[in-house]
Amino acid sequence: MPASPDELLRMYRTMVLIRLAEERLVQLFAAGKMPGFIHSYIGEEATAVGVCGALRSDDYITSTHRGHGHIIAKGGDLGLFFAELYGKATGYCRGKGGSMHVTDMDLGILGANGIVGAGIPIAAGAALACRMRGIDRVAVSFLGDGATDIGVFHEALNMASLWEVPAVFVCENNGYADFMSRATHQKIERVSDRAASYAMPGVTVDGNDVEAVRDAATEAVARARAGGGPTLLECVTYRWRGHYEGDPQPYRTADEVEEWRRRDPIGVAEARLRASGALDDAARNAIREETSRAIDRAVAEAEAAPMPLPEDALEDVYVGLVEEGWS
Amino acid sequence: MTTLSYARAVSLALAEAMEADDRVFVLGEDVAHGGAYGATVGLLDRFGPSRIRDTPISEAAIVGYSVGASLAGMRPVAEIMHMDFIACAMDQVVNQAAKVRYMSGGKASAPLVIRAGTGGWLSAAAQHSQSLEAWFTHVPGIKVVSSGTPADARAVLRAAIADANPVLVIESLSLYEGQDEVPDEAPAYRLGTADLKRRGDDVTIVTWGAMVPRVLEAAETLGAEGVGADVIDLLTLRPWDVDAVLESVARTNRAVVVHQAYRHAGFGAEIAATIAERAFDHLDAPVARVGSLDVPVPFSPPLEEYVLPTAARVADAVRAMA
Repeated sequence: MPASPDELLRMYRTMVLIRLAEERLVQLFAAGKMPGFIHSYIGEEATAVGVCGALRSDDYITSTHRGHGHIIAKGGDLGLFFAELYGKATGYCRGKGGSMHVTDMDLGILGANGIVGAGIPIAAGAALACRMRGIDRVAVSFLGDGATDIGVFHEALNMASLWEVPAVFVCENNGYADFMSRATHQKIERVSDRAASYAMPGVTVDGNDVEAVRDAATEAVARARAGGGPTLLECVTYRWRGHYEGDPQPYRTADEVEEWRRRDPIGVAEARLRASGALDDAARNAIREETSRAIDRAVAEAEAAPMPLPEDALEDVYVGLVEEGWS
Repeated sequence: MTTLSYARAVSLALAEAMEADDRVFVLGEDVAHGGAYGATVGLLDRFGPSRIRDTPISEAAIVGYSVGASLAGMRPVAEIMHMDFIACAMDQVVNQAAKVRYMSGGKASAPLVIRAGTGGWLSAAAQHSQSLEAWFTHVPGIKVVSSGTPADARAVLRAAIADANPVLVIESLSLYEGQDEVPDEAPAYRLGTADLKRRGDDVTIVTWGAMVPRVLEAAETLGAEGVGADVIDLLTLRPWDVDAVLESVARTNRAVVVHQAYRHAGFGAEIAATIAERAFDHLDAPVARVGSLDVPVPFSPPLEEYVLPTAARVADAVRAMA
């Protein structure tokens, strides 16, 4: 079912926000302003936005090392997000998590994760908790194609199917596991084929088509919420940038990247909006300018925010205990 | 007082916790069948299959689901049949459960419990006999507790389930059938406190878990020889009761640390180092350590009996300090 023009426009705006925020992060990182490292989500926006478009704000997600898009699409606060990536005391995790660990319990974001595949059983466990508590929330685990090679993926999906937990496993098949192309890390044709092993529906959609993603996610989420059990939803998309910023990418050609850039998920949505008359040049430019200004504000606030006190490192290890500092 | 086996004391604690708190549930391999070693006998009939949840043989998912369920408001108690198998779940214990609170800046907490059947004297060979507590005491973010008597097994497990942090509970499989008195009233153990199991002024013996009865036996022998031993059962290994140990050492001037785990880089090394750092002036002899010999736990009874520490080895270590 096509999205209404309003809904498509809303999703388009969120995709633009993710894109522009990621482009800004890439610039800031290149300028040496960001500690650590960055895994860019550019090119995969339709997946996060389509899936989160099918979720309620109280539904749970687990995210990945390439998770900025998930956080923003689930409604994450841009100021807290940038502040965290700067390592500031005002950030989402008070500067203790950074890019790979953004958590927002109020939005059901149970954390991004630096370990590939680790969020899969965590989301499924949250889904189990919802079922046991008799509340109708669902949990989505975002995961990459590479994560479907790790053991805990199989353990978690087997148990999810057995227990019919209200979970959706969203595989963002972006063509690469680190530096390894899909053809070099798994032999199956479609990632969703793996669902057959667990007697759960396996669906593959164009992950660059936000409406297709939203439709498939809506169906899977509705099934989960109604007690019909989990789904493996594969969204075929592409990682425009390297595994991490600075990755020289000798493993692929510029032509390959260019081909996928022509299938830009934002471009796909934009063409549809233009065709329906819901978007013209003026509106497009206004959205981008407004979004840029919001990012400017978030970045400025993050830059002005205080760093944590060194001794803050001693808190939050355990509930009710503070660890010893240097004596 | 009621006389119960260690295994029954564990099931009693689980039943009490589940009775008191709807969020508590049990998951693990064969738990609905009473558990491989009988720690969950009777619970399925009382609480049903949703709260006494058999799992596939999937340790990583058992712990991973527990992390997720705890983040979403439940109080899961996962059983790892033999502590050796926790190797299959290391990421979820070490990188997830132990770190979720810290990495989220205190926004998220994972109040889950992992019960691990631990240790040797089962003739179960090298993959079903290890005491791997030092792997976990090394990692900030998870608490580690133990018990060497039925009463303590119940009290420690209740406290672990009530705690707001992830807690690894080391249960001593070799003690499972041993019977002892368990108080009728609800236990009131506070995590992080040691229990002085025997009082003596000549030496401090620090121990935990399966070695507790063996150390008490050694202390009895030494007592008959005129050597009085303080026997400190740490109960909680992280955070451990440093003050209780240092106060005792200040009085006895000698310390021996005893554990069933491999001696090399065992948790006893941390205790010995702490005593050396903070009570050096009180010591009349170097701190001694008694642990398993540094070989995998062997199968054949005479081999296993030789490798694991015994009451006699503990008594010998104390005599050697005199």
